[in-house]
Amino acid sequence: MSKMSLRLSVAAMAAGLSIAAFTGPASAAGDRINPPRETWSFSGPFGKFDRAQLQRGFKVAKEVCASCHAMSMVRFRNLSQPGGPEFTASQVQALAATYQIKDGPNEQGEMFERPGRPADAFPSPFPNEMAARAANGGAYPPDLSMLAKARTYERGFPWFVFDIFTQYQEQGPDYVKALLTGYTEPPAGTTLLPGQNYNTYMPGHLLAMPNPLNDGQVEYPKGPDGTAQVPETAAQYAKDVTAFMVWAAEPHLEARKRLGLQVMLFLMIFAGLLYYTKKKVWSRMPGQGAAH
Amino acid sequence: MSGHSTYQPKTGIERWLDARLPIVRLTHDSAVSYPVPRNLNYLWTFGGILVFMLVAQIITGIVLTMHYTPNAAMAFNSVEHIMRDVNYGWLLRYLHANGASMFFIAVYIHMFRGLYYGSYKAPREVLWILGVVIFLLMMATAFMGYVLPWGQMSFWGATVITNLFSAIPVVGETIVTFLWGGYSVDNPTLNRFFALHYLLPFMIFGVVVLHIWALHHVGQNNPTGVEVKDYAKDTVPFTPYATVKDVFGMVCFMILFAYFVFYQPNYLGHADNYIPANPAATPAHIVPEWYFLPFYAILRAIPDKLGGVIAMGSAIVVLAFLPWLDTSKVKSMTYRPIARQFFWAFVIVCIGLGYLGAMPAEGGYVIASQIFTVLYFGYFVALAVIGIFERPAPLPTSIADSVLSGSGARIAAATAAEPQSKG
Repeated sequence: MSKMSLRLSVAAMAAGLSIAAFTGPASAAGDRINPPRETWSFSGPFGKFDRAQLQRGFKVAKEVCASCHAMSMVRFRNLSQPGGPEFTASQVQALAATYQIKDGPNEQGEMFERPGRPADAFPSPFPNEMAARAANGGAYPPDLSMLAKARTYERGFPWFVFDIFTQYQEQGPDYVKALLTGYTEPPAGTTLLPGQNYNTYMPGHLLAMPNPLNDGQVEYPKGPDGTAQVPETAAQYAKDVTAFMVWAAEPHLEARKRLGLQVMLFLMIFAGLLYYTKKKVWSRMPGQGAAH
Repeated sequence: MSGHSTYQPKTGIERWLDARLPIVRLTHDSAVSYPVPRNLNYLWTFGGILVFMLVAQIITGIVLTMHYTPNAAMAFNSVEHIMRDVNYGWLLRYLHANGASMFFIAVYIHMFRGLYYGSYKAPREVLWILGVVIFLLMMATAFMGYVLPWGQMSFWGATVITNLFSAIPVVGETIVTFLWGGYSVDNPTLNRFFALHYLLPFMIFGVVVLHIWALHHVGQNNPTGVEVKDYAKDTVPFTPYATVKDVFGMVCFMILFAYFVFYQPNYLGHADNYIPANPAATPAHIVPEWYFLPFYAILRAIPDKLGGVIAMGSAIVVLAFLPWLDTSKVKSMTYRPIARQFFWAFVIVCIGLGYLGAMPAEGGYVIASQIFTVLYFGYFVALAVIGIFERPAPLPTSIADSVLSGSGARIAAATAAEPQSKG
């Protein structure tokens, strides 16, 4: 680009940005408050799940969330697979057997219930959406299997550009964790209808789910001295169950990042070799000897 | 391009085959001895990168098809089945989904390269128009592919885009019913989109063959825009020179591709598409994939539905007329001081339209979209006008001269600085 065209481009860009800046506030985020940024063990190129955290998160999901929320895409066997909570196979077998799974029809043509097997998916708390709505004041508790990937918040310019380089892609878990701990009294002037709750981070602030997590609600594994190894607080529950939901939504995250490193290293070395091969080939030009 | 084939069958079998089906000769002539201008820069590697992307999309797509179920009740879960239970299914799906974006990144660079270096000008008009056809087919394929996971954005994107056809007078509603296979986006829509999503890539492949055929007939353009005059001095054989350079470019592009697949696989998608399609709940913002955003901004800039559809369609179709809209004989913007500035302004306008396409259609965003839409079409008008009075910089006498004297030093006596219009 010549100096002159550069100047014109800069002018055009400035014009474009000033229009965007002028128009920006017109609709910027509405009344939505962005969730605070958390640190997650699974973020970044070398990220891995914290097994103990996933196991705790599973306990929270099982004891608290599962009474209303389905998790239909996760199978018991997934809990013992590498890259997840990594419960032992016998633990998973025992866990699955505590659930009753509807199966059939049998040879008499009848449906029957049997104890769960590792290959079964988590049974849903309600037989269908209408039943779930009927039991929850008209609201449908979403399936947790994908929720950590199905929620996000708007990053806006220029942050969405920086995110490519910083690999910040935990908008979903940040939002979910913030929502789980974001219940407050409604501000003056906001009246809640029966069955509505006020949450700082929910778009529009009103949601049907009441505050699900309270301090001391779930018992965590105890250390040798009899005290819990991590605090039994609502904030810790929220973080652990969110990490579990990320795994549930992306069970191959660790394998993906591990393979990614191998692929990137291979491609970079390959590209380096090709670069020098190219230079060597192009140093011998046909016709008039060496050019560049 | 070059005259006679330089292929020499060496063995008896090769001579026997060559007399019956000269397929080895064809390969040799188009991939080995094919003369390539010696001054091509790395922007010329994107043709090869695009062929790689097309093949990668077809291969990953065929394997995905083996595990996918095109049924409105099962499609979403079958994609999750691929992500969770199929061996390396997550890799296949992320390669295919991000591959679509990479395909468009490469095609946009390829197109802007053609715009900058005047690759659409004689004798490459048909080559360029075939490229526009490929671009249209790519857009159709990508759109229908995004519908297949049957998430919220799939469903509502399909609803919004197919509804555009209802703006066509008289037959619009009939066309929409035909596209849907019913009276709303539903299972028949998914089924036909799946069938077409499988078909169109092979049509793209066919047009790519024509595109490459046309390219090899007229020869490649180059950064000077000066045609090859002396094959011995101006060109190098495709193999090994262009081959090794293209492969290097391709591997560099794969690094970008792999970065997204392995580290940011959902960055270019929408979180809403991990929610199963629900005809009863409209997402807060229905936004198409990023590569459609500039055209989406143009669509929404026009307050009238039919007008918006016409503007959006024209934004693509106008490209096909570019060979005749641009009145300058000089191909490369390197030698066109005024047009070059308009080119870079056009690049910024396209990026700006992309940004505006992602914003809600309200208030100042609409006004900005309207200004940028006028600027978008203004570029094509400007090229028609600039060519008449612009005084281009002197061109090098030949490709070899431009290489040997360095790109800075021009052969001053070569060309008098006169307006180089056709008229």
